[in-house]
Amino acid sequence: MSLFDWFDNIRKAEPPMQKQQEREIADGLWNKCPACGVVVYTKDLKANQLVCTECNHHNRVDSDERINQLIDADTWQPLSEELNPVDPLGFRDRKAYSDRLQEYQKKTQLSDAAKIGTGLIDGLPIALGVMDFRFMGGSMGSVVGEKLCRIIEHATEKRFPVVIVCASGGARMQEGMFSLMQMAKISGALERHRQEKLLYIPVLTNPTMGGVSASFAMLGDIILAEPKAIIGFAGRRVIEQTIREKLPEGFQTSEYLLKHGFVDAIVPRTQLKKTLAQLISFHQPFFPILSHVDNNGEHSSVMHL
Amino acid sequence: MPKTERRTFLLDFEKPLCELEKRIEQIRELAQENEVDVSEQIVQLEARAEQLRKEIFSTLTPAQRLQLARHPRRPSTLDYIQAITDEWLELHGDRGGFDDPALVGGVARLNGRPVVMLGHQKGRDTKDNIARNFGMAFPAGYRKAIRLMEHANKFSMPILTFIDTPGAWSGVEAEKLGQSEAIAYNLRQMFSFEVPIISTVIGEGGSGGAIGIGVADRLLMFEHSVYTVASPEACAAILWKDAKKADRAAEALKITSWDLKKLGIIDEILTEPTSGAHAAPLEAAATLKQALWEHIEQLSEISPQKRKDLRYQKFRQIGVFQDSSA
Repeated sequence: MSLFDWFDNIRKAEPPMQKQQEREIADGLWNKCPACGVVVYTKDLKANQLVCTECNHHNRVDSDERINQLIDADTWQPLSEELNPVDPLGFRDRKAYSDRLQEYQKKTQLSDAAKIGTGLIDGLPIALGVMDFRFMGGSMGSVVGEKLCRIIEHATEKRFPVVIVCASGGARMQEGMFSLMQMAKISGALERHRQEKLLYIPVLTNPTMGGVSASFAMLGDIILAEPKAIIGFAGRRVIEQTIREKLPEGFQTSEYLLKHGFVDAIVPRTQLKKTLAQLISFHQPFFPILSHVDNNGEHSSVMHL
Repeated sequence: MPKTERRTFLLDFEKPLCELEKRIEQIRELAQENEVDVSEQIVQLEARAEQLRKEIFSTLTPAQRLQLARHPRRPSTLDYIQAITDEWLELHGDRGGFDDPALVGGVARLNGRPVVMLGHQKGRDTKDNIARNFGMAFPAGYRKAIRLMEHANKFSMPILTFIDTPGAWSGVEAEKLGQSEAIAYNLRQMFSFEVPIISTVIGEGGSGGAIGIGVADRLLMFEHSVYTVASPEACAAILWKDAKKADRAAEALKITSWDLKKLGIIDEILTEPTSGAHAAPLEAAATLKQALWEHIEQLSEISPQKRKDLRYQKFRQIGVFQDSSA
């Protein structure tokens, strides 16, 4: 063995540096904000729903944390947790898709990139779907499509409003056309929900791109977005390559979409639960209160639900 | 002149065939000059050419099929519409300030029956292609499409859409005008229509830009067309970090009509003339016309509500996963 080989082996034997781990906040007492660089106490950051107390930067939230933030304590009822992805095409890029899936499942403890269930939000029932960016960039394959369809169908049956928190790079290419077809499938479920005159609110968080953006993310009766989320059809790199020029400042941000009329409101995370609950209560069935006394001598100023 | 033109569009795998054809032509000319009868040999050679043609076109790789699907001489939406309709009137505009030439549509009569036809339109030459943005529609295109479909629904005309696009246009203007919203809206609305909808991939079915007019009761595909979640070039750039691996991506993504039929994504493959639709466009058009008519007749026997339900069920069951609760 030459000295160079020996060096090579040493290098290979070294554990890979934890360079690409976009540190999920949990570990450590202190946390440095990636936007402003201020170091804050992790406990404070968590108490502020992972929004930087200094610069208002919205750190990424995983699905469990998001459910905690939105749903009243002890009311969350998960659905279809037993759905697992498979590799329908025998897809292999630099790595086999099936291996990739296992890796992500191990790393994230998630089965795929979405969680669904029902719960109360300030006492009002909702059907909730939450995408999780940690699992393959929140990409949409058959499982994500199926789960979101199921929660929308469940809501249609129970007459619940639907809220979907989007966080996704788009379609999952490893599932080929199955992935593209989920866009239509979910949109179809939303059409049936709409036919029943029920409320649907997508919440767009960073990032909401491609096939997700071009289907259920843009189909809300009311569309909310978190501040400074990147939302768009094509990725910035693709656009830069096709037009070969610099992109305008603030392009594809929530603020850009608000300005051009594609979202209704930008809501800071700390206000999200309150805003959703308020919006849902606006859309509860309304019965005018009748103040006359009916034949039985009783006041009928009671809401009949 | 026509000779050089033909050369320009010769695909690599067509070369051996082209050479053989050229040789047959030469022999024929020589024989004529020298007044020798070679008709027997020519018949033999032509039989061999036919054999070779069949061999080549039945064993194409996905990447080669992609080349055929993008062939500059491949019949376009307007070519088919003009070939199969009794009469046709193009209609314009999204009623929001734009008319997108990359997505065309209008009212037509098919075997006497009024229908609405629309589809992506690629250009016939460079100049036309620039005007039509290579068949990559803006949000205005999708909004024109849905307006025409709503029109069809109002007047009980079946909707026939033709898919032929590398993808929806990705540019600053398209994002600003809401490319995502335009496609999303179409996906949902197409589930609400009561009239029969038939979509045919005639060339390139590129991603969201394709499915934006592709929610249908029947999804047909010409034999050598492709339908893909992302262009093989983009897929290779993202997953292999190397756009040159596009051939491998084309293979892995399962984009050919046979693959998609096997996977249950499409309903029917339309057989093309042996050397592809561009070799005999009228023959391809006749196949298309017959298939569309059959499906219109079949679908017309179903009640509107039932048709809508079936359309939803069709898409509802697409997807492969493991349900361990069962």
